[in-house]
Amino acid sequence: MKKIFATADEALKDVLFDGMLIAAGGFGLCGIPELLIAAIKRAGTKNLTIASNNAGVDGFGLGQLLENRQVKKMMSSYVGENAEFMRQYLSKELEVEFNPQGTLAERMRAGGAGIPGFYTKTGVGTVIAEGKEVKDFDGQTYVLERGIVADLSIVKAWKADPSGNLVFRKTARNFNPPAATCGKICVAEVEEIVPLGSLDPDTIHTPGIYVHRLIQGQHEKRIEQRTVRKKEIA
Amino acid sequence: MASVTKGWDRNQMAARAAQELQDGWYVNLGIGIPTLVANYIPKGVEVTLQSENGMLGMGPFPFEGEEDADLINAGKQTVTELPQTAFFDSAQSFAMIRGGKINMAILGAMEVSETGDLANWMIPGKLVKGMGGAMDLVAGVKRVVVVMDHTNKAGESKVLPKCELPLTGKAVVNRIISNLGVLDVVPGGLKIVECAEGVTEAEIRAATKATIV
Repeated sequence: MKKIFATADEALKDVLFDGMLIAAGGFGLCGIPELLIAAIKRAGTKNLTIASNNAGVDGFGLGQLLENRQVKKMMSSYVGENAEFMRQYLSKELEVEFNPQGTLAERMRAGGAGIPGFYTKTGVGTVIAEGKEVKDFDGQTYVLERGIVADLSIVKAWKADPSGNLVFRKTARNFNPPAATCGKICVAEVEEIVPLGSLDPDTIHTPGIYVHRLIQGQHEKRIEQRTVRKKEIA
Repeated sequence: MASVTKGWDRNQMAARAAQELQDGWYVNLGIGIPTLVANYIPKGVEVTLQSENGMLGMGPFPFEGEEDADLINAGKQTVTELPQTAFFDSAQSFAMIRGGKINMAILGAMEVSETGDLANWMIPGKLVKGMGGAMDLVAGVKRVVVVMDHTNKAGESKVLPKCELPLTGKAVVNRIISNLGVLDVVPGGLKIVECAEGVTEAEIRAATKATIV
């Protein structure tokens, strides 16, 4: 069982195919699998459907795959930061399935947990519920949402050990753990692969069973909205 | 924005919204004016801010040079952690939202109806941003307060008998805090709870298309 690959390109080489469904971790540009996304761009895989909360920004993250016309459809909750996305969507070149953020996260979690669907109050009475089964429980109406099982999950973690156990850092965890679980194959990129035994088993966020391949690399970790305050002089 | 200069400004609206907070509450603040509410939390009131990208106990913006790309809020702004901070994944984050554990959400809006319907995520054919976590928040959070300008840039009421834009949630808003005052969603329509300084009830009625009871 060897999970560590030398590069993102090698880790993805035999798993990419045109028309596939990819689940990606990340929130905005925080915790995105930027190395794997760049490798998918280099591979040129086409007609992708991507389940990801956001679509990156122009020129970085998933925005690169949009610019390269590799994406057929996005399943996302918020895409306001990307001019190219907007242009392709409004000109109908790109299909978008808007998912409420919590519904998207739970669809990934459910898909990875062998749960084909779940009922939620989110979206009842809105366009999100149109065409979906609704059901009343205890006097409240819920809508049926489907679990997502992706052909491939791409996630970014802080540290991994060679067995694939992952630890995330701060809010860079976000969609990565649910995304990791819902892929038939999960490739994780990390800042550091540490020796077996050096991660505290009590603090593993994603157990290695979900992670099939690992790469380590340098991350740009771009900040989308740099907001600061001035130090008050005492 | 000449049409919305009457009454409270953005910061005054945020300060008024902060009066809604109660000690011990877990609260989610939306993007825009709601984010400013954090600056006006009353003394002696301890609230824990939830950021739906996976954080409880959100601190202020970092000092210059201390920004951390791994530590942002739901508006993608750099923030800081507090001694009580907890991090978790997005599924867990929305489990606490959907599960009714969050006491209050304060959100912005494009339109609110007299039955508490909320529209704040999409203008067909024009602006496509997505709903983010707003649909989950309004469906799962116990109390939903909207903070917004009472009228749009054209001076038209954003408080309507029925929303014209695609909904974020149906019958989900409890209270509206606008530049003109505070209105509650009650059976039969909206009830004026409070007028902003220098604003009369008659002026609120004149600026409101929805039924005021």
